[in-house]
Amino acid sequence: MNLDFSQIVPYIPFILEGIWATLKFVIVSIIFGFVLGTCLALCKISRVKVLKWFADFYTSIFRGTPLILQLMIIYFAVPQLTGYDISTFLSAILAFGLNSSAYVSEIIRAGIQAVDKGQTEAAQALGIPYRLMMKDLIMPQALKNILPALMNEFISLTKESAIVSTIGYLDLMRRATVVGSKIYRNFEPLIFVGLIYWAMVLVLTLLGKLVERRMKYSD
Amino acid sequence: MIKIENLSKTFGKNEVLKNISTTINSGEVVSIIGPSGSGKSTLLRCINLLETPTTGKVLVNDQDITDSKTNINKVREQIGMVFQHFHLFPHMTVLDNLTYAPIKVKGESRQVAEKKARELLSRVGLTEKEGAYPNNLSGGQKQRVAIARALAMEPQLMLFDEPTSALDPEMVKEVLNVMKDLAGSGMTMVIVTHEMGFAKEVADRVLFLDDGVLLEEGKPEEFFHSPRTNRAKDFLEKVL
Repeated sequence: MNLDFSQIVPYIPFILEGIWATLKFVIVSIIFGFVLGTCLALCKISRVKVLKWFADFYTSIFRGTPLILQLMIIYFAVPQLTGYDISTFLSAILAFGLNSSAYVSEIIRAGIQAVDKGQTEAAQALGIPYRLMMKDLIMPQALKNILPALMNEFISLTKESAIVSTIGYLDLMRRATVVGSKIYRNFEPLIFVGLIYWAMVLVLTLLGKLVERRMKYSD
Repeated sequence: MIKIENLSKTFGKNEVLKNISTTINSGEVVSIIGPSGSGKSTLLRCINLLETPTTGKVLVNDQDITDSKTNINKVREQIGMVFQHFHLFPHMTVLDNLTYAPIKVKGESRQVAEKKARELLSRVGLTEKEGAYPNNLSGGQKQRVAIARALAMEPQLMLFDEPTSALDPEMVKEVLNVMKDLAGSGMTMVIVTHEMGFAKEVADRVLFLDDGVLLEEGKPEEFFHSPRTNRAKDFLEKVL
């Protein structure tokens, strides 16, 4: 066995910086995807046919093509079309946010539709306007039910974020390969970032459980 | 106060209400009775537009609520509704269930809304439950909270859609007592119910619906002792 973890020691600070580089765009992408996904979900349950049609079409496109293709189109093809020199960071946020919103919108739509119809009727009977009803009455109940599914989506986004290494964004994954080619050993840096990804997902899982427990009003 | 004119409602090909006209006066307690599937609940739900009538008009205080120009939320503030299955907001405490709409819809201050909510809770005998969540209450307690929640909006009219049908038998009375008390206070009430004893005792007028048609309406003593139609006779023989 030819293993020597001491070789990567000088590069550990360089790799660790990748944690923030990854987290930075993952967090923004999750928020962006969640907000856009909520809007899409509301379109999907709307009575306006055009909105419904648009949201369904959007989901079909972003769920029906590979994420890496979407990323490459945004990073390589958009500049060719518009002349705007898009940064790797912005490309990553756009690709992951837009992609994630398609999945999130489906999760939220299902969550909203699973809330008892009586809740809507009770709200209407009290004269509560649609926006308030959604925000204060329906969404909190829907979110509680879909939290595990949402956490799944966030975890998968965190891991899949490694794909940005293909456009040269210096995230964790990219740094591992950089170090690998510097010291001519790949096993050690790859295992090292693997552990870091795993730890990040563990923290996310823990956070999810915490939120779940807090939302667990007596039932 | 409520005027229903030539109201019909169809679901697909199924005509559930056929040309119904009646008037409900301020302070009146009206019971709607009839066999299952006769359209009682649908008629009630047309009064606050939870169901949109296919044809005909519903006037609340002379305002046509079927007119698309009417701000239906403003009208609904005046009309409280109590459902068979309570429909309390499960993620809010009892007190928040009562104060949410007055604060958010009517713009009352939290202080005023909570004071009123506590008065209502004591009126329905649930003062000690203000911090509880709906899922920790019994059916009878839930329904009393639901009544208090509707009353918190200070409506002019209360609609009850089979308020005791989902309750365990021993809890029916506590809910009916609250409703009796409410009727005694002069509230205008429309009640869809299978509780004939209650209808007889509390209602000023009974509407008998069968297969979407308003077959009879009249004072409870007349209706229950000498119904005019055979259909009503049949029905009363079965349920009394």
